[in-house]
Amino acid sequence: MKNGLLATPSCNLFDDVRCFLRHERIECLTVGRFVFATINAYNLARFACSVTAAAGVWNRCCATLIFRPLAPRNGTLIVKDNRPVNLDIGSMRLPITAWASITHRATGVFLFVGMALLLWALDASLASPESFASLQDTLSSPLVKLVIWAILAGLIYHSLAGIKHLIMDMGIGESMEGGILGVRIVVVCSAVLILLAGIWIW
Amino acid sequence: MVTAVTNMGRSGVSDWFMQRVSAVVLLAYFLFIGFVLLGGTDYLEWKALFAQTWMRVFTLLALISLALHAWVGLWSVVTDYLTERMMGQTGNVLRVLAQIVCGIIVFTYIVWGVQIVWGL
Repeated sequence: MKNGLLATPSCNLFDDVRCFLRHERIECLTVGRFVFATINAYNLARFACSVTAAAGVWNRCCATLIFRPLAPRNGTLIVKDNRPVNLDIGSMRLPITAWASITHRATGVFLFVGMALLLWALDASLASPESFASLQDTLSSPLVKLVIWAILAGLIYHSLAGIKHLIMDMGIGESMEGGILGVRIVVVCSAVLILLAGIWIW
Repeated sequence: MVTAVTNMGRSGVSDWFMQRVSAVVLLAYFLFIGFVLLGGTDYLEWKALFAQTWMRVFTLLALISLALHAWVGLWSVVTDYLTERMMGQTGNVLRVLAQIVCGIIVFTYIVWGVQIVWGL
């Protein structure tokens, strides 16, 4: 797998890095004023979502992190967990890959709730011929069709964005350009499939 | 401080792996259901499909995958947005509450699904 390189000159971020590595129990090596840690794609993705936006890094790859630590205090490096973080994500323009990631999460939460409806439908479809017929009746109302379409749309986007993750895990399209292209492909394919799903429902 | 004590596999790598395996199972299941529904079905066909052992096992596998996938995913979301850093002590309380609710829902889905498919 390709190794990426992540570096930030910000001293405040260094604290976050140490907290993150300790939180995820990732071993790191502190040499002089630098910290080295090899992290996998999952952790980098989590880390990129929470911290490195400030450094403008938002790709998902296996990475070696190199950070400059704060000047040692009293001869040792002390990492406090609750130090203030000098990072205001709200003030930054998020790249399209960040919006894709946020949408992936939002659709995930939505699907978690929507799954109750699908289970209810499965229950009704299998319980008896009468409940199957009444389910078909319920599903023909415009409002229910809209809800089903919304769930299908969430499922389509979440699945395609998930497939993009799996492809990136294989080391394909890990660069910033590759990430942006990947998101564009996912958005276009999702739009087409969501449209087709709408046609199928109505 | 957000700790790793409520994650699924006790390590990022393990969660990462579970998230992908469960994703592939769920994708396969929804694609299969999608193709069956696209092909058109009636009550008898549908009922016969779910009466077969392999379909019941496949559904159970999908339910377990759903539980794992949802837990890992929601853990990632709540530990990123409901934190002490963002909203003080309230963040910790809200996060724990959210995780309890998620846990109850995940458990309910599994039991409900087993009841539907295995008729227990």
